[in-house]
Amino acid sequence: MIYPNRRLVLAGLGVAAALPFGPRLLRAQDGPLKVGFVYVGPVGDFGWTYAHDQGRLAVVENFGDAVETVYVENVAEGPDAERVIRQLAQDGAKLIFTTSFGFMNPTIRVARQFPDVWFEHATGYQRADNVAIYNARFYEGRAVIGTMAGMMSKTGTAGYIASFPIPEVVMGINAFQLAAQKVNPDFKTQVVWVSTWYDPAKEADAARALLDQGADIITQHTDSPAALQAAEERGVFAFGQATDMSQFAPNAHLTAIVDDWSPYYIKRVQAALDGTWESTDTWGGMAEGEVVISPFRENVPAEVAAAANEIIEGTKAGTYHIFTGPITDQAGELRVPEGEVMADADLLKMDWYVEGVAS
Amino acid sequence: MSAVVLVSIVMSVVGVSTPILLAALGELVAEKSGVLNLGVEGMMLIGAVAGFAVTYATGSPWLGVVAAAGCATLASLMFGYLTLSLTSNQVATGLALTIFGISISSLAGESFVGLTVPIFGPVFPAALAQDPMLRLVFGHSPIVYFSLAMTAAVWWFLARSRGGLILRAVGENDHSAHSIGYSVIAVRYAAVAFGGAMAGIAGSFYSMVLTPMWAEQLTAGRGWIALALVVFAVWRPGRLLAGAYLFGLVMTLELQSKAAGFALVPPEFMAALPYLATIAVLALISVRRTGASAAPACLGRPFKPAT
Repeated sequence: MIYPNRRLVLAGLGVAAALPFGPRLLRAQDGPLKVGFVYVGPVGDFGWTYAHDQGRLAVVENFGDAVETVYVENVAEGPDAERVIRQLAQDGAKLIFTTSFGFMNPTIRVARQFPDVWFEHATGYQRADNVAIYNARFYEGRAVIGTMAGMMSKTGTAGYIASFPIPEVVMGINAFQLAAQKVNPDFKTQVVWVSTWYDPAKEADAARALLDQGADIITQHTDSPAALQAAEERGVFAFGQATDMSQFAPNAHLTAIVDDWSPYYIKRVQAALDGTWESTDTWGGMAEGEVVISPFRENVPAEVAAAANEIIEGTKAGTYHIFTGPITDQAGELRVPEGEVMADADLLKMDWYVEGVAS
Repeated sequence: MSAVVLVSIVMSVVGVSTPILLAALGELVAEKSGVLNLGVEGMMLIGAVAGFAVTYATGSPWLGVVAAAGCATLASLMFGYLTLSLTSNQVATGLALTIFGISISSLAGESFVGLTVPIFGPVFPAALAQDPMLRLVFGHSPIVYFSLAMTAAVWWFLARSRGGLILRAVGENDHSAHSIGYSVIAVRYAAVAFGGAMAGIAGSFYSMVLTPMWAEQLTAGRGWIALALVVFAVWRPGRLLAGAYLFGLVMTLELQSKAAGFALVPPEFMAALPYLATIAVLALISVRRTGASAAPACLGRPFKPAT
């Protein structure tokens, strides 16, 4: 989704910000451009960090000898991160991606000490002349799977395993329910909060509990494939998270919302190589290729696939926005009037649930 | 609520309770001999990754469980060497074992991320194991039956056997046991090794039964609940069984109630509940301290023979 006005303003700011760095840009291109990545988890988590590392590998493949990438995994959020980021900058990295919310303050602090190094921080909100921020519109993917759930659920109830009630998660639940409701007006999304991003046994138990209590399709905003395994065991359908998880649940897995950072990383590395890098605020989605719906499997009926594809196409074209009014909240109060689209700023602080969400 | 759903809930409770019960049984025996091993979580993770790896390589979950027990026993013997032979501090060494277990299991499991393994076949004929009602009795993983048998065995061993008497003597008064000719160190090594084997099997229950996959820190802190459970049960196998199932019931009902659309209490409170219950029990046994119900007198104390 592109918001031309905002982009224009940002671009203007960015050009002004980039001016003092002119001479240094030329020097940066003498050898291969060194690009650093700081990960919060292991590259083998098969979720968040894995997806970022796939993006790094895409950079390597795309630019070959023109870049040299280096990554540090399992970096704890906090003082440790500052040390790691500073080390990367000292070792000659010219562009550094820090890929977790908790790296925000360390990134800003190190960026102040290295004005000629460019930093990119994922999912945060603080910027500087040499710090850009980026995130992905995962809710766009939630709207697609919500539509599929609405069409495929027989009981009209989905089970949603959620981590913590932060705007990112709330937004996803609401997008899912709104999309399902468009297909089935009586649809209900039953949420179970597990208070963790990662606890496979608990995620699986939450899925079983939801299935016991009447849900017949499962989705999650936690990191492991455990819920899919529980769905497989009960013979119902479910959706993958962050990566295609079909090997864990060959019959249950319908599709997955895949994080693909490679288009963004390639674009930004290209800008750094060209000397056109500037501090930006990017919230890309399906149109930019950052949020991808993994290929439908044979268990997805043709009409469901067609409906899902329609939403994907509409989202990419900018004609479909799931948070378009009228939207009423749990208490039945109209929150977004007919025809109005929620602003990004409101989405990013969303703390209420739409009608039909039981949490 | 239909009977089928009730059966399903009970099956979930059994799944949650079994690994905690197994790990806690092992720790109970170790503590009864006077050794406090805070490395349960680490040993569980070592068992989880070893069980997964061997099952993946051989296709046999049985070999996987044996490997899980074996590798976790090796880890516990390292702990034993440090704390028993070198008389290092048990608390610090146990914590180190947990950190070691988390790291080594991540390292060893790196290439297993994203894979899955065959699970145990049913113990009983499918007609019994898959019946919607009878599966309550016949439909469990073999490890579940093993955990119940081990509870009885540990109870019998501690309460009725000569070996159990010696083990308890070592835990209650190591110098007396030593002076009448028992090898305190050897008994404690055996108890620690048993604790390791049980923790390893408990860990493999996560990577091979509940969620057949490997991912870092798969056990997500259950080792600490097992440690709390030993205190909660006042070092008695019977109460340990009841306690494990009570913890399992509470954790399952929490999720079930939320899934049914009513939250009894905030999830953070439920997560804290096992520890709160343990603190309550600790307070209770301190208030009405009766010799038999309290902690083993030598718990956590390194033993150095006087001669």
